[in-house]
Amino acid sequence: MNATTQTIATQSDASTTLTGAEVLMKVLVDQGVEVVFGYPGGAVLPIYDALFQQDRIRHILVRHEQAAVHAAEAYARSTGRVGVVLVTSGPGATNAVTGLLDALMDSVPVVCLTGQVPVALIGNDAFQEADTTGITRPATKYNYLVKRPEELSRVVNEAFEIARSGRPGPVVVDLPKNITVGPAPYAPPSRTPRASYQPRIEPDRKAVARAVAAMKSAKRPLFYVGGGVINAGKDACADLTRFIHTTGFPCTATLMGLGAFPGSDKQFLGMLGMHGTYEANLATHDCDVLIALGSRFDDRVTGRVDAFSPNSFKIHADIDPSQINKIIRVDVPIVGDAGRIIAMMIEEWDAQTAKTDAKALETWWSRIKAWKALDCLRFTQDQSADAVIKPQQAIKRLYELAVETGRETFVSTEVGQHQMWAAQFFKFESPNHWLTSGGLGTMGYGLPAAVGAQVAHPDALVIDVSGEASALMNIQELGTIAQYRLPVKIFLINNHYMGMVRQWQELLHGSRYSESYSDALPDFVKLAESFHAKGFRATKMSELDDTIRAALAYDGAAVIDICVAEGENCFPMIPSGAAHNEMILGPEQEQQGAEITDEGKMLV
Amino acid sequence: MKHFSDLSIPTAAFSPDGLSAGGDIITRAVISVLVDNESGVLARVVGLFSGRGYNIESLTVAPVEGGGTRSRINIVTSGTPEIIEQIRAQLDRQVPVCRVANLTTLGPHIAREMVLVKVVSTGEARTEALRIAEAFRARAVDTTASSFVFELTGASDKLDSFIELMRPIGLAEVSRTGVAALTRGCRTL
Repeated sequence: MNATTQTIATQSDASTTLTGAEVLMKVLVDQGVEVVFGYPGGAVLPIYDALFQQDRIRHILVRHEQAAVHAAEAYARSTGRVGVVLVTSGPGATNAVTGLLDALMDSVPVVCLTGQVPVALIGNDAFQEADTTGITRPATKYNYLVKRPEELSRVVNEAFEIARSGRPGPVVVDLPKNITVGPAPYAPPSRTPRASYQPRIEPDRKAVARAVAAMKSAKRPLFYVGGGVINAGKDACADLTRFIHTTGFPCTATLMGLGAFPGSDKQFLGMLGMHGTYEANLATHDCDVLIALGSRFDDRVTGRVDAFSPNSFKIHADIDPSQINKIIRVDVPIVGDAGRIIAMMIEEWDAQTAKTDAKALETWWSRIKAWKALDCLRFTQDQSADAVIKPQQAIKRLYELAVETGRETFVSTEVGQHQMWAAQFFKFESPNHWLTSGGLGTMGYGLPAAVGAQVAHPDALVIDVSGEASALMNIQELGTIAQYRLPVKIFLINNHYMGMVRQWQELLHGSRYSESYSDALPDFVKLAESFHAKGFRATKMSELDDTIRAALAYDGAAVIDICVAEGENCFPMIPSGAAHNEMILGPEQEQQGAEITDEGKMLV
Repeated sequence: MKHFSDLSIPTAAFSPDGLSAGGDIITRAVISVLVDNESGVLARVVGLFSGRGYNIESLTVAPVEGGGTRSRINIVTSGTPEIIEQIRAQLDRQVPVCRVANLTTLGPHIAREMVLVKVVSTGEARTEALRIAEAFRARAVDTTASSFVFELTGASDKLDSFIELMRPIGLAEVSRTGVAALTRGCRTL
């Protein structure tokens, strides 16, 4: 502890006056904050000065405020703690908005502290003034403008409570400069809950009992797991795994739910939805009891809503009551924390002594195995030394060689084809290791997310699976990686195209590749070197494995430029607006699937 | 006087047959929301409606507790039963929202609105305006040689009728408050 920290502590004990910035530091320490991702500016200089004069909280200087939020998101998701962001007023705050909305859509607990002009100048179009609470209102779970010093401690503590509890989300605290410069009273965290904010945690036992009774009588059951289970914590995921093993039922997961149930488990069918597996989607379509846990029936999952799992009895557990019956009508709604719901399901399962229909289950599994036998992710890679690398091969080998290292591995992604291939070919055995932008689909998420994960887990292997287009969205974060010597590996699937855009243009717009080709890419190896990282490149099959091995073994940041077949598309897929049993399979299988309707085109 | 909950039946006001494009029945609902009285709450509630494409027909808001710690927002909206339920659920999950109730489905309730109606007329039409105002128990709160401002409180459809009757007489300007509503009996929000 340095001299100033001691001073702060002493002053507090004596109930003497602290500045708002000093109070803020104490409150952050009270909340267990160890890392803040941010970028300084005029309005937050007092806070940065207070940060400088203490040694409990580490600050990571990013190169763009959007990246600060993504890094904080990944820090939060990989640790289960609240991610903290500090940005200045005006452009600092507006640059953070994409990250905030990303966190809102994916239910990530983030507290974003924004600087603001002094209260007396608010509304005067002062330099670097923005209506931050107005702009961020639809992008946050809640937001505050602290107008009086005596509100500061309570508001910041409350922001953490709101961010982490119930359905987690981002909370903005806008801090006018006079509040941080002037004196402010410190108050320790209070356990008194805000009367108006009472998330429902405990589920209704009768609803759980009804759900379990339906599960016991099911002939074709299916678990459908979402990110809500991961948000409920590691114990919830462990209970879920145990419960699914007890039932013997198959399980599928949303993009955000990957890792809630072990990816290599024989009861796991893979991801469902637009680029989900054939077996997961057909099981969803044909099941008779669907047990949706912490999943919100996103349009990428449901496909055509009126054809979604048309004949099933639907159970839906979610902590957010507004998700129930929002898109899909369900038979048994259960509101509460996924962990509590799973624990109660286990209790009810044990209490209800009736046995499952073993014969029907066996028949159901034999149908699923027949679908699995199709091997929907199959692709043919020419194994000759000079062969062009297929992107699927690159990601499959990245997964296999990462496993070979035996290291704890975190994977972030950008958004596009590479993201879906990573979801298809990586197997996540435990929660909190898969970091991707699901709800908002934010290109540029993965690189700063890798920063956040690596800061939280300095000894782990952190890989950003990226496309060349997405990588360029936040490529400046190579500077952050260099400054803090983060050994992040950026694995570029380089096909010169915005691949998913090109895929849709092929499907929907007569292969008119309007503006989806990048004709002036940087030399990624030289780019890496200019940011003090090591650049690797593989252009043919003979180079792939050695390049990946060398990059994973390299003791520092690496950019791995994998030049892949340009025209490869991501299959299987459900054309937008189609049903789960109308999938398009890859060129390896007999083509099938629905024609894309005009209505479907709108859903892209 | 018609009870306001009569408005929960499909009305031709929404579409020629009272149906949505998908054929679902459209209903009108009075939703009361008790909120913490703090900066930005109304914007958050209204933003929820605009951001999700929900309709607001009228909106009232004012502090309802001593000390001004809580405010009550009354919103008249319309949509399919599913949309109304989503509106209720989306409101309920907002951090500063203490209670939400769809009064239209909660049970019998009272809903009242106030209107100020300016009528500019001379001669025989003035007498007619006064006669109609008396029939509606409207009060003339401002009178000049050529104009009246009437104050009328009641169910919204009663206000509609009054305004329609004044139109040919010289209706010049209308200012309505939107609905204030409470459940009947001892039940509270």
